Amino acid sequence: MFEVKINDEKKEILNFKIDLINKRHQSGSLIGLLQSAQDSYGYIPEKVIEYISELVKIPAADIYGVITFYSQFRLKPLGKNIIRICEGTACHVNGAKTVLQVLQDELGITVGETSEDDNFTLLSVACLGCCSLAPVMMVNDETFGNLTTDKIKKTLKNFRSKHITEAVHEKN
Amino acid sequence: MKKIKVGLGTCGISAGGELVFNRFKDELLKQNIDAELSETGCNGMCYEEALVEIEDDHKSYLYSKVTVDRVGKIINEHILNNNPVSDWIIKSENISKEADFLKNQTRIVLRNCGEINPTSIDEYIAKNGYDAIQQVLNKSTREEVIENIIKSGLRGRGGGGFSTGMKWKFAYNSNSEKKYVICNADEGDPGAFMDRSVLEGDPHSVLEGMMIAAYAIGASEGYIYARAEYPLAIKRLKIALGQCYKKGFLGKNIFGSRFSLDIKIKEGAGAFVCGEETALMASIEGKRGVPRLRPPFPAVSGLWGKPTNINNVETFANVPWIILNGWEKYAALGTEKSKGTKVFALAGKIKKSGLVEVPMGMTINEIIFKVGGGIKGDKKFKAVQMGGPSGGCIPASMGDLKIDYDEITRTGAIMGSGGLIVLDETTCMVDLAKYFLNFTQNESCGKCTFCRLGTKRMLEILERITDGKGKESDIGILEDLSTKIKSASLCGLGQTAPNPVLTTLKYFREEYEAHIYDKKCPAHSCPSLITYSISEEYCKGCGVCIKSCPTGAITGKKKEVHLLDNGLCIKCGKCFDACNLDAVIKN
Ligand SMILES: Cc1cc2nc3c(=O)[nH]c(=O)nc-3n(C[C@H](O)[C@H](O)[C@H](O)COP(=O)(O)O)c2cc1C
Ligand code: FES
Repeated sequence: MFEVKINDEKKEILNFKIDLINKRHQSGSLIGLLQSAQDSYGYIPEKVIEYISELVKIPAADIYGVITFYSQFRLKPLGKNIIRICEGTACHVNGAKTVLQVLQDELGITVGETSEDDNFTLLSVACLGCCSLAPVMMVNDETFGNLTTDKIKKTLKNFRSKHITEAVHEKN
Repeated sequence: MKKIKVGLGTCGISAGGELVFNRFKDELLKQNIDAELSETGCNGMCYEEALVEIEDDHKSYLYSKVTVDRVGKIINEHILNNNPVSDWIIKSENISKEADFLKNQTRIVLRNCGEINPTSIDEYIAKNGYDAIQQVLNKSTREEVIENIIKSGLRGRGGGGFSTGMKWKFAYNSNSEKKYVICNADEGDPGAFMDRSVLEGDPHSVLEGMMIAAYAIGASEGYIYARAEYPLAIKRLKIALGQCYKKGFLGKNIFGSRFSLDIKIKEGAGAFVCGEETALMASIEGKRGVPRLRPPFPAVSGLWGKPTNINNVETFANVPWIILNGWEKYAALGTEKSKGTKVFALAGKIKKSGLVEVPMGMTINEIIFKVGGGIKGDKKFKAVQMGGPSGGCIPASMGDLKIDYDEITRTGAIMGSGGLIVLDETTCMVDLAKYFLNFTQNESCGKCTFCRLGTKRMLEILERITDGKGKESDIGILEDLSTKIKSASLCGLGQTAPNPVLTTLKYFREEYEAHIYDKKCPAHSCPSLITYSISEEYCKGCGVCIKSCPTGAITGKKKEVHLLDNGLCIKCGKCFDACNLDAVIKN
């Protein structure tokens, strides 16, 4: 009935979540649903919005309103590696601006953008919660603290070469 | 048998704690050593991570700054040959390198953090965990519990500082079949990490506090609204919840009583305003997290229109301790109107950045110099920022101020949730105010015009001032906008957003004036208002700065004094950081 192209496994994840919905409070599950959709796809595709809209009986426009309200949700896919730079107070007074400058110079993108080779997406967060290591950034799930220009360049280099080795592997 | 505990809070992990843990695991396995390896939360000494504690015959040895390379030696000498590596130990029977940091603290909320394994309910139980809820269920009426909490003097640790017991009483008085209890774990204040550490280090204490609150007000359902940026805290909470259900501590007829409670976790999705209680409830209901007018207060009409009690993580973590030790003991700590202890996240330009819990009434200077070890690089202490975007800056000259809710409010700042950012002479106060306005302007939900547009206008003025384009009238406009935003905003976000500007104007007005009239930044921090040059005296012509400069503004031959062309300089400061001879001068 839907022409949504969602593969079965992912549909299952969504359906599973639906089972958990407390019948009286159907709308209460919307954010959780969006989160699980984003976990599966890395972002929230338009088709998924339509699909969820049918399931929870909330107009797609309202869902779009919820998505754009919360900074966690993305409507565009991300790069291979996600860099989150901390813009918290402790990092700010310990030179987060320089860190951001170096990252932007190195990657040629600003916050919210993805590099042309799809290798890096640069995002900012309010505080990573390890203020004692300020200034801090996170690459994927790894935290890098006490950053200096050199340390940032080295870290990026490591991730770039990882990317190349992976690409070579894929070719082989 | 020896027990090895590795600190695996977010701070410990980012300092390499997980690698250390795995190395211990591998080595123990490989060498077939009989020792117990376990993880624990953050003990507050984030500046010493990765921390490893070795327990042996009731003696304890705390190793700091442990790296993978050090594991081998610790195992060989300490674990296998009973010969502790004293150079790396900061705390043991005979060594107490960090005595000042620990001695001046009183640990109630953090009683188990860094002590027990947060993923083991049995370790929590061994520390009298879940005794308080059983005592309450067996021996106390709901009214008695509320009375005890009122008398303890506990005030909400989420920022507002409202009497917790009174709040429970309101919810208790509301008649309804269905009531809710909510734990606010949204911790949005950038630079604060108290709640995260408690959830990561001792999740059961928060759950137990919620159970007691739910019993007292008559709630049968609970929610924990946790920040999505705290994956580890959420993971440990989920584990703790699972254990509670398995043991029958949650669900139907808890501990054989007639009291039943279910608790669920809701993950936030990244919006600061969702920390505000009415916005938080809208978010749990799956809507945009926009605050609404109070009254009605949540105690009367909260989640899905039902009476709801909402408290902060730290507030709940205090509750079991108060029940077990008696309200008198809690009320004996602190000042006349602020009882008990407060956890602070010390960060910024401080030597010992981490988590501390001190009795209310300790002075700012005591916290910074006695507990926190003073200012990084022994620079000059300038001010401390309290309360995050809703708070303000308290100048060093007021360092003898006793920390309690009312004293702090009198300065124009607020206690807030406990972020304490220390600032030194190199921090520009106008820039800091701009930083916070940028934050609130971004996070304003947009509902109130003054909050939405007023913060934006204020930000533009501050940007202009730090860019060296400030006008004489700017300070007056800032003050005018501040009063209007404060009075015409519906929720705490707008009502407090001007505080960072107002407090810096109050205590550091001359800095604003220097930016506007002299086009100078006294802290040498605002790029538009500084120039760089190279000292003929100190420059040895090493070429490091030439390499660091992205625009080719520096020239010069090897071993000759270099020259900086101000026309090409973009003031990024890279040469200043690169030079080891202090030959690059900022003016
Ligand atoms: C903009 C804004 C953000 C807030 N953020 C938080 C927060 O992150 N954590 C919190 O516990 N309380 C926060 N609060 C306070 C809550 O509205 C509420 O007062 C608190 O959760 C009540 O718990 P308590 O009485 O235990 O402090 C915030 C308030 C406002 C206005
Ligand atoms: S301010 Fe950057 S980690 Fe907290």
